[in-house]
Amino acid sequence: MKKIITLFIAFVLLASFVLSGDGDKLPAAVVKKLDGTKVNTNSFSNNGKPMIISFWATWCKPCKKELDAIAEEYDSWVKETGVKLIAISIDDARSSGKVVTDVKTKGWNYDVYIDENQDFKRAMNVNNVPFTFIVDGSGKIVYSHNSYSEGDEDKLYDALKKITAGQKPSH
Amino acid sequence: MQDFRFKTNSAAFLLLFSLNAFNSRAQSVSDEVNSVHGNFQIDAQYYNPDSLIGAPKVPEKMLSNAFGNIMYNKGKFSAGIRYEAYNNVMQGFNPSYKGQGIVNRFARYQDKLLDVTVGNIYDQFGMGLMFRTYYEPGLLYDNSLDGVRVISTPRNGITLKGLVGKQRSFFTVGKGIVRGVDGEVNINELLDSSLANLKTKIIIGGSLVSKNQSDNDPRLVQPENVGTYGGRISIINGGFNLSGEYAYKMNDPSFDNRYSYKFGEALFISTSYATKGFSFLLQGKRIDNMSYRSDRDATVQDLLINFLPATTKQHTYLMPAYYPYATQINGEIGGMAEMQFKLPKGSLLGGKYGTEVTINYSHAADLKRKTFNDSLSVRHFYSTAWDQVGRDFFHDFFIDISKKINKRWKFTAMYCNQFYDEGLAAQITATKLTGSIYSNIGVLDITYKYKSGSALRFETQGLFTKQDKGDWATAMLEWTPNSNWFLAVLDQYNYGNSVEKLRLHYFLASAGYTRDAHRISVSYGKQRAGVFCVGGVCRNVPASNGLAISITSTF
Repeated sequence: MKKIITLFIAFVLLASFVLSGDGDKLPAAVVKKLDGTKVNTNSFSNNGKPMIISFWATWCKPCKKELDAIAEEYDSWVKETGVKLIAISIDDARSSGKVVTDVKTKGWNYDVYIDENQDFKRAMNVNNVPFTFIVDGSGKIVYSHNSYSEGDEDKLYDALKKITAGQKPSH
Repeated sequence: MQDFRFKTNSAAFLLLFSLNAFNSRAQSVSDEVNSVHGNFQIDAQYYNPDSLIGAPKVPEKMLSNAFGNIMYNKGKFSAGIRYEAYNNVMQGFNPSYKGQGIVNRFARYQDKLLDVTVGNIYDQFGMGLMFRTYYEPGLLYDNSLDGVRVISTPRNGITLKGLVGKQRSFFTVGKGIVRGVDGEVNINELLDSSLANLKTKIIIGGSLVSKNQSDNDPRLVQPENVGTYGGRISIINGGFNLSGEYAYKMNDPSFDNRYSYKFGEALFISTSYATKGFSFLLQGKRIDNMSYRSDRDATVQDLLINFLPATTKQHTYLMPAYYPYATQINGEIGGMAEMQFKLPKGSLLGGKYGTEVTINYSHAADLKRKTFNDSLSVRHFYSTAWDQVGRDFFHDFFIDISKKINKRWKFTAMYCNQFYDEGLAAQITATKLTGSIYSNIGVLDITYKYKSGSALRFETQGLFTKQDKGDWATAMLEWTPNSNWFLAVLDQYNYGNSVEKLRLHYFLASAGYTRDAHRISVSYGKQRAGVFCVGGVCRNVPASNGLAISITSTF
């Protein structure tokens, strides 16, 4: 009986999510800047311009491919849309020392943070990396994508342009 | 009995939580953010027995693991639950994961001054040498603390934490109580604004963790409270970075250390220099008798309070990861050095897009132990010296070159040389001691992007060794016709096996569909036995032959 009640409540919760629809803001979690300073994720902002939030790890090959592919176009994306990319590393103590060396060697111009115990990853319900979100100018999460395959950066750019123009991103 | 109580609490919690959700929905016109989010993952596999590759007969034929998280946020308040179901748990996981239920629930109020959480807590002090609770679904690793946590930021630059509870153990909680306090000071933030802009950034921290478990042993007098304490520092100046943590554990007789009363200690140091296009990283660590669990009789992955990171590279390609290293919690000394550089665009070797090179060497060895003869009276068994090293456990040298040639072609080439001690090898092969393993490994990974969003990727790898199962060769072809679909075929061929009838092919075909934050993948074929690791924690997965399906979704 208890199980049935539990399941029922779970479904009710699910239903309430369906009603609540898209457009939720970033949850609060504490992440670290590369200099060790703590930052709350609910303070992320880009002066009314969109933000890309990309979850990655130093041991994740497709994650680095995606961030490399975006890095080639990043300057023109910034010029056209004013976007800011926030790269969230989920490396734990084993490899978090490698985040700064990877980022600098690659020369990425992103805002990089370390989510060492994956608090932000859990708060964003990210199953696995790479996982990419777009947050629009008003701070709402309007696009999300799991995994990376060649050319996904073009789709991300299309979505970004639509969001900047005030349209809904297509899938 | 405890099990039952845990579930009743969960149901009551869930009810409260959902009522709250309803309440808030009614007032969602207010400015406060009000959202419900979550994710799911379902993995299932149909198993065919295959005696040749060693795939066991699975009486249930089909096994599945599944979980779902639901989280609710409203302003400074958040809450969440996780439901897990194992009917029955898949091969390669602990069979104590049996059945289903709500295994995680929490409620949290977060303010700048005060942050309070009740329920299942994930947190870490510093690097985690003294305390870290985390969740890794790929390993079914979850040592969350079911209890209470308070975090306070009395002024900028100071963070204080305190927590107490019991750790999750399958569908119940462990025997011991865990409590801890941690303080961290960011010197630059603490000082006034003129000093805050100093180039050198310094952060210091300290922790005290203690566990309590009653002593019911008729033969030994065991400590009921075991404390661990230590400190950490991080100094950053421009491209230079230094961080270190030291932990000391009081006497803690346990199954892991054969009920020794010796103290434990751990040191981890990481230093790096990085500038655009070049970096150098050096890490070292020493661990002595640092198993720290909230039940002194627990084994394997169960009820660990602390986290001891491995200082070896976590490989993602199949063959370099064939003989993976995991931290030896009873004692080891090790280190890693890595140099990375990017040959600039337009240079002779850099070409149009530049060339990235990584050179890495890591090494781990046992501690040198001096055995005591009077072990019966003091039960310390041994002592160690900081300047002495025991026999080698592991080494890994590799060089990795990645290059984009033009808009269509790019490749990664890698050479790797590894040594794997027979004591560790025994844990991997499980069947019999095969002796230490020396291997050479090569990887070539080529991507051809034939139009925007469409690509072919070919990967070939070879592992060459005279020990264990001998030589392996693998080939993989992956086709991504568009960004939604992928199709791949993989063959792993154990052509060098000394037993002729075991020179087998392991064919695996897989396909997947991704749309937004939803992903489904299916694979059919044979998978070899192996060790699967995340973050230096590993599990043994037996060989299998059959159909597997995986669905993940985030909303």
